[in-house]
Amino acid sequence: MDALLTGLSMALTPENLLYAVIGVLLGTAVGVLPGIGPAMTVALLLPVTYNVSPSAALIMFAGIYYGGMYGGSTTSILLNTPGESSSVITALEGNKMAKTGRAAQALATAAIGSFVAGTIGTILLVAVAPTVADWVVVLGAPSYFALMLLALVAVTSVLGSSKLRGFISLALGLAIGLVGTSTGQARLTLDNPLLADGIDIVVVAVAIFAVGEALWVAAHLRRRPLEIIPVGRPWMDRRDWRRSWAPWLRGTAFGFPFGALPAGGAELPTFLSYITERRLAGEHRAEFGKGAIEGVAGPEAANNASAAGTLVPLLAIGLPTTATAAVILAAMQSYGLQPGPQLFEAEPELVWTLLASLFVANTLLLVINLPLAPLWAKLLRIPRPYLYAGILFFAVLGAYSVNFQRFDVLLLCLFGALGFAMRRFGLPVLPLIVGVILGPRLEEQLTQALQLSQGDVSALWSEPVAVIVYVVIAVLLLGPLVLRLVPGRQGPERLEDEVEELEEEVRS
Amino acid sequence: MGLSGARARESRRGRRAAIATALVAVLALSGCGVTRGDDGGENARLRMMIPNSPGGGYDQTGRAATRVMEAEDLTGRFEVSNVTGASGTVAMQRLVNERGAEDLLMTMGLGVVGATYTNGSDARVSGATPIAQLIEEQEGLLVPADSPFQTVDDLVEAWRADPGGVRVGGGSSPGGPDHLFPMQLADAVGVDPTEVNYIVYDGGGPLTTALLGAKIDVGTSGLGEFEGQLADGSLRVLAVSGEERLDGVDAPTLQESGIDLVFTNWRGVLAPPGIPDSVRDQHIALLEEMHGTAAWQEALETNGWVDAFRTGDEFQEFLVDQDERVASTLEDLGLL
Repeated sequence: MDALLTGLSMALTPENLLYAVIGVLLGTAVGVLPGIGPAMTVALLLPVTYNVSPSAALIMFAGIYYGGMYGGSTTSILLNTPGESSSVITALEGNKMAKTGRAAQALATAAIGSFVAGTIGTILLVAVAPTVADWVVVLGAPSYFALMLLALVAVTSVLGSSKLRGFISLALGLAIGLVGTSTGQARLTLDNPLLADGIDIVVVAVAIFAVGEALWVAAHLRRRPLEIIPVGRPWMDRRDWRRSWAPWLRGTAFGFPFGALPAGGAELPTFLSYITERRLAGEHRAEFGKGAIEGVAGPEAANNASAAGTLVPLLAIGLPTTATAAVILAAMQSYGLQPGPQLFEAEPELVWTLLASLFVANTLLLVINLPLAPLWAKLLRIPRPYLYAGILFFAVLGAYSVNFQRFDVLLLCLFGALGFAMRRFGLPVLPLIVGVILGPRLEEQLTQALQLSQGDVSALWSEPVAVIVYVVIAVLLLGPLVLRLVPGRQGPERLEDEVEELEEEVRS
Repeated sequence: MGLSGARARESRRGRRAAIATALVAVLALSGCGVTRGDDGGENARLRMMIPNSPGGGYDQTGRAATRVMEAEDLTGRFEVSNVTGASGTVAMQRLVNERGAEDLLMTMGLGVVGATYTNGSDARVSGATPIAQLIEEQEGLLVPADSPFQTVDDLVEAWRADPGGVRVGGGSSPGGPDHLFPMQLADAVGVDPTEVNYIVYDGGGPLTTALLGAKIDVGTSGLGEFEGQLADGSLRVLAVSGEERLDGVDAPTLQESGIDLVFTNWRGVLAPPGIPDSVRDQHIALLEEMHGTAAWQEALETNGWVDAFRTGDEFQEFLVDQDERVASTLEDLGLL
């Protein structure tokens, strides 16, 4: 505790505070732009920081990392254009909220949720990082495969009212995920080296969400009366708070451990959080798909908590688990610092300053972003043609800046057309996105597990965590069947399905 | 506000760089007799293409080199861009497409040579203009602290007994250095390379995880990313692959262990095909100047790179040799 207070006093020196502010602003900015991620920003800034002290540089990088996780949500909510793959899920409910005049609330719950999750995550980081030894490396490919299978099974609950359409969408997503040479064999690459690494999830998400919708709106612009986006209140009210706090905490609980796990990542927890909130929503369940605040609060908390979790293996055993962490590790090494257990003994001042600066960065993000929420929300009152022109501009810019390839813009147009067609034929978007995210990772873990065991399938349940997860999957799959056998239980569920179906018909 | 500041800084820097370039040009014209372009200013702004993502190996080498050249005012500001895709094949293709571009350089290395083959690309490194090889990096055989393997002999014995049973992990995809090294090693000790069980990990981080968790038996990789684990004893090195032992690493070379194999990963700089000889010489002179600076020597030391500087025709011969060697290894494996 003393160490943390010393660190806090170090982090609050004017110089370090300035670097924290720069980091947070930069991070938010790159988070907003699809394509440019925190990893690239930190890498680009590396040479600049050779002239400042290591602690100042690390503070700035931490600010960029946290800011980037937050910034991605702003465009997700306002423009349906996710800036990072970890904020793709946020766009689902967040943008619907914005369209019903609740943009300010969505932005606020994202900002406060990020703050809460980031703070709790940092406290957990402070608590476990110095003591955690090697538990994060115990999980192997079989466990990760089981976890991702669990996530894929959970998809079935978000397939929408028509299971057939849901599965079509999921299959499309998995097919897009097949593109590439990750297995050593070129699949669906059409002999184009630009496709060898697969298709960037950000390009797919931006195309399906933003471009698809812009086309949809354009196609109906003259035939339908303009729906004016209501102005709405600027702040969250008591009901919003009541509905947000639990998702924030649950999101944190998902995000932190997944961030700390070497192959966990930030997308999986946002997705699990969304599914959980949907299941637990109770009376508000019907709002999901139309702008439920829980669906923003949970995933946003999850992605920020995972950012904090990522720093656990980085500081504890010098293990980078994300691209950003890898660049931060390179930066530390270029200063002659070697993360790992000995870092806490060798450089206690630096470590605690960094940890304290994470609290500072989090607070700064809240202070900067919360007052801006109502202002941002006003953006949506721009007349629709101009607004969508802006969205398209952003989308193209983002797709191009992923790799500075014209080819990515072509892909954007292609998938934008797919997004339009999906809206036309009533295919849900979420299963596709989940397929693109999960498919390749599921396959990677399966290949690895089987390769390590030389093809022995029993290796898949050789780890205790994997076994536990398979049990959970079995319960999830068999549970409803068992319940259906209990008389009197099936009534209300069926009714709910029917209501959903009716509503969808009315909508389209 | 931050933007205008940056712009002001940049223009100041640009002016300084222009003056520096002019000075260099004057010195060069009067002094060493290298034929520079008429105005000398064409060197003021070069582009450096990096064939992998920020933070990767080529990125670190390429950015270190451009940083030294900028800081020492050898040239103007570099425009560094990461062109990722297919382990460098995309960048290689772009280099070849920019035939005759006099302001373009690309950092590359052994991994790119292999990637052009495994991805079936026509844009071979031998088709570009070689400028200079910069560094070498030894590969190491890494094992977890409590591994039963104490020496390379233990490993080789287990490998011969059950080639597929020894799980080898590396941070590069097939065709990359971490893949080529164990294959050539297997060949050298009489194990059929096609039977080697090689598992691809996405770079140093995941490879470290797999080693620490003892998911694999041995890891092959450059040792720079493992400093921390080697220092605290959680990983050990059985042998290094170079001609000489590596400073600060307590492990014999393969040759000391009685295995006739020297394998080094290397990185260097290429220019597009079809540039005039004068421009090529200019690029070479620039990198020679960079190589002579104290700042570069310092960069080598902090990054643990072995100085391996060769230019022009010598580098060309080396490239052709590497190209053939990689092709034959991959052919033996049935990957071509």
